[in-house]
Formats: sequence, structure tokens, C-alpha cells
Amino acid sequence: MIEHIVMRDQDVPNIADFGVYMRHGGYEALRRAFTAMTPAEVVALVKDAGLRGRGGAGFPTGVKWGFLPQGVFPRYLLCNCDESEPGTFNNHQIIDRNPHQLIEGVAISAYAIECHTAYIYARGEFATAARTLEHAVQQAYAAGFLGKNILGTGYDLDIHVHRGAGAYICGEETALMESLEGKIGQPRLKPPFPAVAGLYGKPTIINNVETLANVPRILEKGVEWYRSFGTEKSPGTKVFSLSGHVNRPGNYEIPFGLPLHDLIYSPEYGGGMKNDRPVKIVIPGGASAPWLTGEQLDVTLDYEALAKAGTMLGSGAVIVLNDTVSAPHLAYKMDEFFKHESCGKCTPCREGTYFLTKVLHRMTEEALARPEDIGTLKDVYTQMAGNCFCLLGESAVMPIKSALRLFPHEFDELIARGKPKTGLISIDLQPMKRDMSPV
Amino acid sequence: MTVTTHPPKRATTAASGDNRYKILEATMRRQQHQPDALIEVLHKTQELFGFLSPDLLTYIARSLHLPLSRVYGVATFYHFFSLAPPGEHTCTVCLGTACYVKGAAALLAEAEQIAGVKAGNTTPDHQLTIATARCLGACGIAPAVVFDGNVVGRLTRDEIVARVCALLEKLPEIRVKLE
Ligand SMILES: Cc1cc2nc3c(=O)[nH]c(=O)nc-3n(C[C@H](O)[C@H](O)[C@H](O)COP(=O)(O)O)c2cc1C
Ligand code: SF4
Ligand code: FES
Repeated sequence: MIEHIVMRDQDVPNIADFGVYMRHGGYEALRRAFTAMTPAEVVALVKDAGLRGRGGAGFPTGVKWGFLPQGVFPRYLLCNCDESEPGTFNNHQIIDRNPHQLIEGVAISAYAIECHTAYIYARGEFATAARTLEHAVQQAYAAGFLGKNILGTGYDLDIHVHRGAGAYICGEETALMESLEGKIGQPRLKPPFPAVAGLYGKPTIINNVETLANVPRILEKGVEWYRSFGTEKSPGTKVFSLSGHVNRPGNYEIPFGLPLHDLIYSPEYGGGMKNDRPVKIVIPGGASAPWLTGEQLDVTLDYEALAKAGTMLGSGAVIVLNDTVSAPHLAYKMDEFFKHESCGKCTPCREGTYFLTKVLHRMTEEALARPEDIGTLKDVYTQMAGNCFCLLGESAVMPIKSALRLFPHEFDELIARGKPKTGLISIDLQPMKRDMSPV
Repeated sequence: MTVTTHPPKRATTAASGDNRYKILEATMRRQQHQPDALIEVLHKTQELFGFLSPDLLTYIARSLHLPLSRVYGVATFYHFFSLAPPGEHTCTVCLGTACYVKGAAALLAEAEQIAGVKAGNTTPDHQLTIATARCLGACGIAPAVVFDGNVVGRLTRDEIVARVCALLEKLPEIRVKLE
């Protein structure tokens, strides 16, 4: 039985309740940080623990905190709970299950970077999560863990919960800041980086929900304990969101370094593939991650190993697909997501995603693939790669590039036969027979 | 959707005695009519009125001292905001990757078929809006569909048929509470 960090006390009923959380050591870490540690000591501890950002890039959190320019105030801390990466569903479960742990983490982190206002940006669709958080924040105020002169230390902190309104791009750090300022969520040019000029032009630190939820336990149990999980360069645990054709989809917190094969097949986790079909494609880090194939299940789940395998850990969303899935079709559906979510600020992404999906739609759904289509696709994605204003556009290249690299014969088949081979068991492409004329 | 150039109706709307305007006004006052509260205010407005009409957008623009173009821009940028009145009920089919590979397209086709409208539209009798989403964060229970704000997972084709039919015939036991 593996000890849990982020999913701590997961067997305790009603741990979301303030009183229950308090009885299980809740806000002890906060008390210790505020009363017995200096902000610099907290930063050093998090740095030593080797905590890395769980939002996608895996950047060391303590190092990021150290980028704030000395003596410039006010500062802001933003907690990124936009969670819109396809396949990712751990952040809101962390909140639903144990909101106080996150609030404690936000408060300690705010103290560490010496800021007095923190925002939690919750995805627009997560009305329930936002309400849960608001309620928990109020309880924390009432108990004196937030507000003015917390625990008599003279330190003030306010936490605000802000709801987004449905835009994947608002997970990007600078777009999130624009959105918090009440504007349309289009990314800003970097530099200046948020640590220098972020929200309202002030120094700002932005971290993912899971990143911040790790902080209380690190303070409580120390660096050595934390580093006893995971690998040397990827310490700790990660909550993986497992979905697709596995028997037991769900969130599983496991130490970094577990082989992908075990996540899929271990009875504790994925419990094997549905109907014992073989694994064809694994997308290991959300839609933005390059694909792996069924032959690469030996790769371990940590930042370094996945990078070496040519992909990334990203948000920890592991989507496992079996041999009934057509690669061109999957690429089409994923690029359609990026097209839909492109904010329209820059041309390579706005037009590129449009052309990619247009060609892919013709090849797959319309069954009108032409030999020159492959050249067109490559042409478009090469012009996008490296030329987009933010990472959304760069990510949109991944699905089609992976599909063409790993399964070129499927594209050839489309061209040769028109229709993808055998009706794609899980993706129903049969046109509906009944009349569907739109009204 | 185009904004027709209605004359501003601030005087009539706000003073019309419609309680919802009072609540909206109070929300904006709480935010001290700050322009950066725009998204909050739009959320509240949609919650109160169900959608954002041109009149409401104009009213908000004036109250927050923002150009109408900015308010319209924000309202159309975010997918959550709707500029057209929704139906009495909504059925939102997730077409995200995890749901898609579990046959969400077929679910959507069933829903569209029964309702007789394509996704993004409302039945002519305003009973039901069919919508799509891109990953609801419920991939663990894929395929997922949201009926009137309640996420239902592992849906089969038969189940969606039954539920959509029920919504269209307004069977009371299916009328689950709104989020
Ligand atoms: C298009 C795009 C979407 C993103 N969405 C999210 C998101 O939903 N949640 C998140 O935590 N980070 C997201 N990120 C990453 C953030 O920009 C940022 O790197 C992260 O929140 C930093 O937190 P961390 O250091 O704790 O990982 C996204 C990035 C991009 C480019
Ligand atoms: S890459 Fe796409 S999402 Fe990013 S700024 Fe350009 S258009 Fe917007
Ligand atoms: S893909 Fe449908 S909930 Fe994630």
C-alpha cells in the first residue's frame, strides 16, 4: 500500500469537512510555517524537496519562486485550476475530496513568496468546485488562518476564488492573467515573465493545483521523507488521470518512476485492457504530448524518462487506446480540439489548425483522401512548429505529427481505399441512416 | 450571432421592477463597477437571465464604463457564455478524446436525431438545446453527457435515447436540478 501525499487521508470519510481535516493534522503545516519559519526558509525547503510543477512543464517550484525580483510589491500568487487539457481530471478531484489541503498549500506558498493576495482560477465549467473552494476559504477565514494578522504573526492574506468561463487557453499562464483582469484570454508576449510583470503588471507566481497541494505535506514531513518517493530528478508522487480503453479508468496517485505497463495492467490501477485488446497508442501527458505506441510500455512515468522517449509527462493525463482506433481519425479529432480552442491571436495557429482539420476531415470523415494530402499536412505543421505565439499552437502539431510518424501506412490506406480499414469499432463512423436534416 | 442595434434600454430595463436587474446591479456595486469584474458580472447575468441579450450587454457596458465592443468581445470569446436563449433543458455531449473513443459521436448523433436539431441548436419549441463540450474532466466515466447541469457517465446509446426523449416530453422524474 503506497502512502499518499496529494490524496492523503483518502480513506478518511468527509475529509473535505473542516473539522475532520483539522483532526487529521490540518493547518498544522501552516501554523508552523507562519509562526516558526521565515519565508526564505519555506522557499528553501520546497527547493530542497525538489517539488516540480505539475501543470505541464515540470519546472522546479522553489526555483520559480526564487525568480521574483527583490523588494517589488505587491506580488500575487495564482493557483491554476483551469484544468482543460483533454484527459486531465485530477485537479478538480483534489478539490472535491480535500479542498482545505489546497487552501493550506496556497496560503503557505503565498507566505513563502511574501504576497498578500492569492487567486484560485477555477475552470468556468467547475461550478461545484468553485463553490466548494469558496466555502472552504470562508471556513479558513473564520478559523483565523486567512485574513488580517494571521495567528498573531502580523501577516495578512486574502484568497479569492475566480471562475473562468470556458476557454482552454486560459490555462496558459499569461492568458489566465488577462482573464483575471476581465479581458479575453489571449496570451501575452514573454518576456517580461510573470515573475517580473504578471497580474496587473506586478510580480506574479503561478502554480498548478496539484503542485500547491503537495506543499503542506512537505512542510510537515520534511525533505527526506518527500524524496523517498519517486526518482532522484522527479521526487514525490503524481496523480495520473488514466482513461481510454482500460478496465479501471480513474485518478491514481503513484510515485514517479512506475513503468507505464504497470499503470495500465496492474490490478490496483488500470486493471488491464478492455476485452484484452492490445494497446495501440498511449498519449501520456494530455493532448499536447507526442504519442507512444504499444511497444513502448516499458517507459517509466517520470519527467526524464518520458522526455527521453520523445514525449512528455505534461499534465499526467494518460489516455490508452486500443487497436480499434484509427490514427488519422484520432489526429483529426485532437486537432479539432486545438482549432476550437485557438485564441486567434497569431496566424500560424489560427490558420494552421484550420487547415490541418480541414484536410484531415476530408481524408477521414469524407473519405476523400488524395495522395498530395500528406504533403499538405506536413507542409502546414512544419510552418506552425516553432512559429506560434504560445504553446497551444505548438501542441496542435503533435497529434498529426505523431500519427504520420508512427502510422504512415494508415494514411496510405485512406488514400488507397477511401474509407479507413474496418469500421473502427469504437469510433462509429457509419452515417446515421435516419433522416437528420437540421431544422 | 449579430447584435442588432437596439436603442439602449437602461431606463426601461433597470426601472422595470424586474428583480433580476436589482440583483445584477447589486453584484456590480459589490465589485465597485470595476471593469475587471466583467467576467464575474457576465456569469451572474447569465445565471439570472439564462443568456446574454444585446440589451443586457449594453446595460453592462454602460454600468462598468466599458466600450460595448469589449463586452461583446469577452462574451463571445468564452464558450460558457451564450448570446442566444437556451432551451428549457440542455443536453451537452462531451466529444473530448476519452469520450470520443468510447463512442460519443454516436451518442450525439442519437440526441440530434431525436431532437431534430444539430448540436449548438435548440428545438423550435424551446424545450431542448443540444450542445457539445471538449472534455468535461470526467474522462474516468467516459462517455459523459451533461443533462441540465448533471454529469452522467458511462452512457449507452439506449440511455441517451431514453433521457432525451424524457426531456422532450418533460417527464417530471427526469427533471433533475439545475446546477
Ligand atoms: C495552452 C496551455 C494550457 C495550459 N493549461 C493549464 C491548466 O489547465 N492547468 C495548469 O495547471 N497549467 C496549465 N498550463 C501550464 C501553465 O501555463 C503553467 O505553466 C502552470 O500553471 C505552471 O504551474 P506549475 O509550475 O505548478 O506547473 C497550460 C499551458 C498552456 C500553454
Ligand atoms: S498559438 Fe494559438 S492559442 Fe497561442 S496565441 Fe497563437 S492563436 Fe492564440
Ligand atoms: S473527454 Fe469527455 S470528459 Fe474528458
